[in-house]
Amino acid sequence: MKVAYWPGCVSRGFTPELHGSMAKVAPLLDIELVELDRANCCGAGVIAEHNQELADTLNARTFALAQGVEGAELMMNICSTCQGAQGECQERLDANASYREHVNETLAGEGLTYEKGLTNKNFLWLLVEEIGLDELRGRVKRPLTDLRVGPFYGCYIVRPRHRLGIDAHNPRDHYLEMVIDALGGTVTDYAGARKCCGFPIITMNKEASLAQAGRHLGDALEAEADCLVTPCPLCHLNLDMQQPLAEGLLGRKLGMPVLHLPQLVGLALGCSPSELGLGRHIVKPTSVIDWSAAVVASAA
Amino acid sequence: MAEFQLRLRRFDPESGEAAHWEQHTVDLEEHHSVLEGILQTKARVDGSIGIRCSCRAAICGSCGVRINGEPGLACNTHLDHAREAAIAAGTDGVIVVEPMGNMPVIKDLIVDMDAVHWKKIQRVTPWLINREPVPEREYIVERESMVDVTQTMACIQCGACVSDCLSMEVDPGFIGPAALAKAYRFVGDPRDDQHFERLDDLADDPQGIYDCTHCFKCVQACPKEVNPMGQIMRLRRLAGSDHEITDPNNGRRHEEAFTSLIRGYGLLHEAELLPRSYGGDSWFGKFHPAAGKELLASLPVVIKGLLRGKVNPKTAAFGHKLPKPALDSVRAIFDKVEGKSHSKRAERYELNLYVTGYDEDEHHASEPSTTTPEQGSDK
Repeated sequence: MKVAYWPGCVSRGFTPELHGSMAKVAPLLDIELVELDRANCCGAGVIAEHNQELADTLNARTFALAQGVEGAELMMNICSTCQGAQGECQERLDANASYREHVNETLAGEGLTYEKGLTNKNFLWLLVEEIGLDELRGRVKRPLTDLRVGPFYGCYIVRPRHRLGIDAHNPRDHYLEMVIDALGGTVTDYAGARKCCGFPIITMNKEASLAQAGRHLGDALEAEADCLVTPCPLCHLNLDMQQPLAEGLLGRKLGMPVLHLPQLVGLALGCSPSELGLGRHIVKPTSVIDWSAAVVASAA
Repeated sequence: MAEFQLRLRRFDPESGEAAHWEQHTVDLEEHHSVLEGILQTKARVDGSIGIRCSCRAAICGSCGVRINGEPGLACNTHLDHAREAAIAAGTDGVIVVEPMGNMPVIKDLIVDMDAVHWKKIQRVTPWLINREPVPEREYIVERESMVDVTQTMACIQCGACVSDCLSMEVDPGFIGPAALAKAYRFVGDPRDDQHFERLDDLADDPQGIYDCTHCFKCVQACPKEVNPMGQIMRLRRLAGSDHEITDPNNGRRHEEAFTSLIRGYGLLHEAELLPRSYGGDSWFGKFHPAAGKELLASLPVVIKGLLRGKVNPKTAAFGHKLPKPALDSVRAIFDKVEGKSHSKRAERYELNLYVTGYDEDEHHASEPSTTTPEQGSDK
């Protein structure tokens, strides 16, 4: 399928391994990525906090660019924060025709118009709803047997449920568990899966921010997870990049690897850890690399 | 009549025993509430079960509890819905009821609202401070000016948002969602005389408006659609942009740095965001002592990131930028919406769906497509 692809900012900045692994995985799932290379930052909720209309207009611009991609079935993102921040703006734009018209007047300068009703899905949603778990399972070359994976969603992709279209028929807040299972891995239950990584307040209350990240990493460790997986690169920054500082605050060693969703999918689809940029993380995913080496060795 | 299973968390501090679970069967109609289930158990099985309640109509806010892990009003939750949620949570349909979080338990399902919730409400001076001169009779205000605060006035002080607040979980001193929503009720009221003082106080407090981690827990928890997090964001907007209050928590600097980096690059330049949030919104921000201290603290991670190829030195130094024509369009949006400069700021336009509602032909855009996960799964 062809999608208008919004990689977000962080996946091309501080977590380049995310954008890179998505590019590796897409062809293995027959996803054609048409990158929205003129689109702008979603504002991550911060621009909306500063000026709501500004955030709505900037995201309407991205939506309009996505709607202009010929043959694309929908827009796809790879960031929980983009999903939530863009979804919040889209809710306002779709709810009120005169507001939409007002925003479109601003976009007219660039010859763009946003038309109500865009479908914008995170890679996680696309995996389950468009590709389907059966299809995904069928493409697995190296099942994640005996790999214990803890899901970490990111707040923006699980709350508020109504806006995100989460209900009994579409349990989007359980998709990570379903995907881990379809890839042959073992889901690790721990308290932090749907909690906050603390990243939004890292510059405002560093201790509280790191305490949040540290608590969830510690809980996952106690539940004997080999690694966490997240669809959110901002969570990745606090859980992986800041993990040494969280360890300092907690006074305990954590060493919990955190994988981006496309990296976990890529491992199961047969990519090597280095192709997926696993070596680029701050916390070396030794457990995951050892696991994949063991799998390769046993297959030989 | 139908049978429902309730699992109640019991705790009596005077007994000296640890908290424990008790399971009871209740006999009620499906549309009856979880509260009615608890009260039936109390009447028929054990009169010592502690539950606080009064109106039984989602107005008094007394019966806040956690049902299947989610905060809410026991009187406002149907038994059949609670059972469905329990099945989804994998408890075989047993409805799990426990006291709210982030507050000490007094007994069974009753938490100490005085020790936490009401103390925090007191913290924000929850009364109107008259604008002088006080008129002889009532204040005359524009009708529209009060519509804005009706959302926060809908709060029934049940504590559901406090129960679930993730900032408070690690930082119990955080003023929290209920009290900050209450603060907006007065900051947004044209009759109040202390808008600046209130905002200055809440921005200055390290556990004030900038301690909210933006997790949407309170938005989800609220049975009255008060949207506490949205009110906190409005307080930030008013403090930073309108009253130009620079706080010691880097709140305003972070917001301004973020916004101006998007204006400058179209995309987020992460390496500049951190120093500017501490040192001020300019390229020179990184040379400010506050920024220097932070950069020094992150140095080991930065070096590791560079060595592992996580952070490309070029991206770190220069960021990534949109191509010129696209960037010009982004800047034109900023100019049109915000005004060309600080002094020529355009009027801010905000849409609150709580007030305006949805167009009649509303179709929820985030609704998933026709393929359901059931179809995609072999389960």
